[in-house]
Amino acid sequence: MDGIVSLIIAKYNFWAVIVLLLIGFYAMIAKRNIVKKIIGMNIFQTAIILFYVSIGSKKGATIPIITHGHDGVNHTVQAADYINPLPHVLMLTAIVVSVATLGVALALSMKIYARYGTLEEDEIQGKLMESEPG
Amino acid sequence: MKVLGLITAFCFGGLLFYISFDFPDWGDSASPASQHVSSYYIEHTMQDTSVPNIVTAVLADYRSYDTLFETAVIFSAGLACFFLLRVGERQAPAARFYRHLSTGITFRIEKGGRLPESTGEFERIDSVWVPYDVIIRMTCRLVVPFIQLFALYVIAHGHHSPGGGFQGGVIFGAAIILFAISNNLRQALRRMSEKITTLLSSLGVMIYAGTGMLCIVMGAGFLDYRALSSFLGVDPVTARSHGILIVEIGVAIAVTAVMVWVYYILSSAGRQDEGL
Repeated sequence: MDGIVSLIIAKYNFWAVIVLLLIGFYAMIAKRNIVKKIIGMNIFQTAIILFYVSIGSKKGATIPIITHGHDGVNHTVQAADYINPLPHVLMLTAIVVSVATLGVALALSMKIYARYGTLEEDEIQGKLMESEPG
Repeated sequence: MKVLGLITAFCFGGLLFYISFDFPDWGDSASPASQHVSSYYIEHTMQDTSVPNIVTAVLADYRSYDTLFETAVIFSAGLACFFLLRVGERQAPAARFYRHLSTGITFRIEKGGRLPESTGEFERIDSVWVPYDVIIRMTCRLVVPFIQLFALYVIAHGHHSPGGGFQGGVIFGAAIILFAISNNLRQALRRMSEKITTLLSSLGVMIYAGTGMLCIVMGAGFLDYRALSSFLGVDPVTARSHGILIVEIGVAIAVTAVMVWVYYILSSAGRQDEGL
């Protein structure tokens, strides 16, 4: 029993990420509406960001900003005292890039709506079939 | 399709769940991700760059190539929105709508009618009726300067606290977008025109890349800020700290401008006349 509890505590961040990942994945596959697909893509990206940030954490460590007094004394910095800064850096840029991809995706879907008058994938497919010659 | 998607998702999820047992425990300080390069960054950032915020130092110094191209990605996202949606000037609309500022009466002026714009007592409003709300406008007018001030603080204080160019730029862009939402697109365009947003977004990327080029000119590698020490008049370690600040400002300008630019294009469907 004790082993199971410690296992859950050690891994539940990954399971939460997997659940979020699957919600986004399912929305991207199964939803027909383009905006819902875009929302799914964003949930997927959020799951990846959470995954990276949770990998960077260390027990008993603080945020990766070195505490420095104003006395000018150079304290020795222990790597175990600060959480891993690298995932934070990667995700910082990933968040902004996800905003950028969201903007482009919305622009594309607006273009699609202007052309076909709908955002439902099957209706767009139908209109494409109609317009094809022969 | 739904069943197929569900089956795929569950297979994928089962696989990931199975793999998760091989992952390091949450908060394990001996996990592989925290072993090699990350401990070097933590232990050497202070003496290398004199920047206490390791994230900022890694972002704009150790991994500055990555961030440069990340900024370029954002800029090209703005360009992509522009080329996808921007359309030229529309034909003059059939009717224009004006509001008399002191009384709040709305006028509809048919095509060819005389425009009362020059008197300064009228304000052009969108053809889709938008209610005039004093409370929203005044609240946003009060809040926007403080948001912008906070954004500048976040940009400038990125060396010592959580913050930096990306975060501050997004906050600054959000302040301008809030202004555009609470008033209307026309008002926002009058204060920050599309030309300015395009210029600023390319200027931000140029500041970043230009700093890198300056380092080459000064005789070091691309984005090696130590070369700027003679230029800035400080020792090489402090020069790296200053170099980080310069590129962070470039990033902030680019991010702000692209956020606002994308908002302008999306909210008006590329016509840039009236929107949300």
